Amino acid sequence: MDPGADGAVTDGRLNIGAIRSSFAPWEDPAAEPLVRFEKVTKRFGSVTAVNAVDLAIYEREFFALLGPSGCGKTTLMRLLAGFETPDEGRVWLGDNDLSDDPPHRRPVHLMFQSYALFPHLTVEQNVAFGLKQQKLPKGEIADRVAEMVALVRLEGMERRRPDQLSGGQRQRVALARALAPRPQVLLLDEPLAALDRKLREETQFELMAIQQRLGMTFMIVTHDQDEAMVLADRIAVMQAGEIVQVGRPTEIYEAPVSRYVADFIGDVNLFEAAAVSAEEGETRFAGPDSPGGYLASTDEGVVLDGGLYLAVRPEKMVMHLDPPPEGPNRLAGKVLDIGYLGDWTTYVVGLESGRTVRAARANSARLVERPVGWDDPVWLTFAPDAAVVLTR
Amino acid sequence: MRRGPSLFNLASLGLGLTFLYAPIVLLVVYSFNDSRLVTVWGGFSLRWYGELMHNEQLLASVWMTVRIAALSATVATLLGTLAAVALTRGGRFPGRTIFSGAVYAPLVTPEVILGLSLLLLFVAVGAPRGFWTVSAAHTTLTLCYVTVVVQARLASFDRSLEEAAQDLGCPPWRAFLLVTLPNIAPAVAAAWMLAFTLSLDDLVIASFTSGPGATTLPMRIYSAVRLGVTPEINAISTLLIGLVATGVIAAYLIQTRGVRRASR
Ligand SMILES: Nc1ncnc2c1ncn2[C@@H]1O[C@H](COP(=O)(O)OP(=O)(O)OP(=O)(O)O)[C@@H](O)[C@H]1O
Ligand SMILES: [Mg+2]
Repeated sequence: MDPGADGAVTDGRLNIGAIRSSFAPWEDPAAEPLVRFEKVTKRFGSVTAVNAVDLAIYEREFFALLGPSGCGKTTLMRLLAGFETPDEGRVWLGDNDLSDDPPHRRPVHLMFQSYALFPHLTVEQNVAFGLKQQKLPKGEIADRVAEMVALVRLEGMERRRPDQLSGGQRQRVALARALAPRPQVLLLDEPLAALDRKLREETQFELMAIQQRLGMTFMIVTHDQDEAMVLADRIAVMQAGEIVQVGRPTEIYEAPVSRYVADFIGDVNLFEAAAVSAEEGETRFAGPDSPGGYLASTDEGVVLDGGLYLAVRPEKMVMHLDPPPEGPNRLAGKVLDIGYLGDWTTYVVGLESGRTVRAARANSARLVERPVGWDDPVWLTFAPDAAVVLTR
Repeated sequence: MRRGPSLFNLASLGLGLTFLYAPIVLLVVYSFNDSRLVTVWGGFSLRWYGELMHNEQLLASVWMTVRIAALSATVATLLGTLAAVALTRGGRFPGRTIFSGAVYAPLVTPEVILGLSLLLLFVAVGAPRGFWTVSAAHTTLTLCYVTVVVQARLASFDRSLEEAAQDLGCPPWRAFLLVTLPNIAPAVAAAWMLAFTLSLDDLVIASFTSGPGATTLPMRIYSAVRLGVTPEINAISTLLIGLVATGVIAAYLIQTRGVRRASR
């Protein structure tokens, strides 16, 4: 993991956050995707669970699907695993059209959200199940099972049945079972949803280590955005059956394409704005919340018009206790609420225009010189490059 | 806090049990009667059980009954399980409602009618009546019971287990054999037991569909009783009751054990 190595977006402005590694086949036009959804649509009666989805996933990628409940994440995975057939479109694995293959002929394994361990088989037999279907020689099966059991750290439990395991152990058996036959793609449907926070974080890192070690392609479904941010090379955000944005975690967070994405991933302040004049790389906006207007960095030209939004993350809001000089990106108000989270404190500030804005501050010192209290007058400012201009 | 049963509850329980089991208890007690007269107690003896062993005719019909019960229960379990699978896993295939109605119909059809229609069928196709026709008729009778028992278990069986097996490379039929069947095995075994006992004590359908040389035990008992009850009949009936009770209790135990394991 070397931050900022080449492969990061280098065209100046979008050089944001830490970049996980130089792995970025999706930016290489010559790279062939491993999995390709081509205009895939799936309807259940009147519900369109997946709507004209185009998606490419590359070998060795850790890909996350993120979205609210019922947006079609599970359906998309089941389409790839073969448990649903698309009404329209095709699903490709390399050069093979999977659309007509039944689940048992697809080299894609699904780790079920419910784990779906076989209750009548031991841990060992569960893990060996897929290997036996591949008709591997006995010795090789035994070796592979031992390797998998060690990988998920379940040594000594080989002879137990699923009902003699804890929830976390069951989840690791399910992972080992799906990993053992070395599928080309491993689909994980909310694999960590049943774990407590600590175990969950440990397992996240375990998952990443396993994926790196085995060089496999993972696709994970989650509605926990932190999990997606930690694990994934790229994230796809879904909304009502459609994919609204695909990108690195940093891109999704720092350069959302719409208010929906900005709001879904993390906290955000959205300001209504109208573009009034453009300068070199920067655009001036007018809006009801800021008397001095706004100034935001804009790479591409912005059509001078209303109906726009500026999105600013709470942690990019700078809070002042004394009035800063007049100018753009300057909001005045008073503190309505304080949420202390230990590492961060979130302040809810009521503006003169009547709306509320969130600002977050890292608690980098134990004692604060001038603590902020309820009803204190404060001023918020943000840098021009902290704001994202959204047209949708 | 739980109060004990009231006097009224105890009384009704006692009355009910007496009503149900007094005749049976009486029969069992008199099977150990030493006297040749059925209604006069002549002291305890196993004499009639001993005589049974020499009654060739009776033994032949016991053997016939057990063979019919085993064969028809096995075939009914096979077919009934397949029907249950089709009903729970087949989705909404066309004709599903009719199919499920057709499977359950023998459950509510009067046995006399079922027997009569089977007889007409066997006569129409010219099947010689005997062991095979009774077995076929009993398969018809017990299949629906099997379907009811197995379907109840399948409905509560987690489908994602089958999907997981398919995902790991099993074609659907192998997923059924390797994953579903071992997990519903207690229900299937219980269903077989139930079918076996139903066939064992059936008189009506057997009377309609059997022919010379294929007299089942209930038929033998029934015709013997018409000539007067003998202590020997009491003895064989006691054995039959014992067998049926064992079957039913075994079916119950197998199934509850399976349910408990599945719900753990
Ligand atoms: N078998 C089905 N029959 C009918 N409708 C279905 C079926 N499966 C899914 N749906 C519908 O399709 C939509 C998408 O469902 P899906 O399970 O893919 O959501 P999801 O994104 O996985 O949600 P969650 O985060 O709650 O798991 C939902 O509206 C759901 O009700
Ligand atoms: Mg889901």
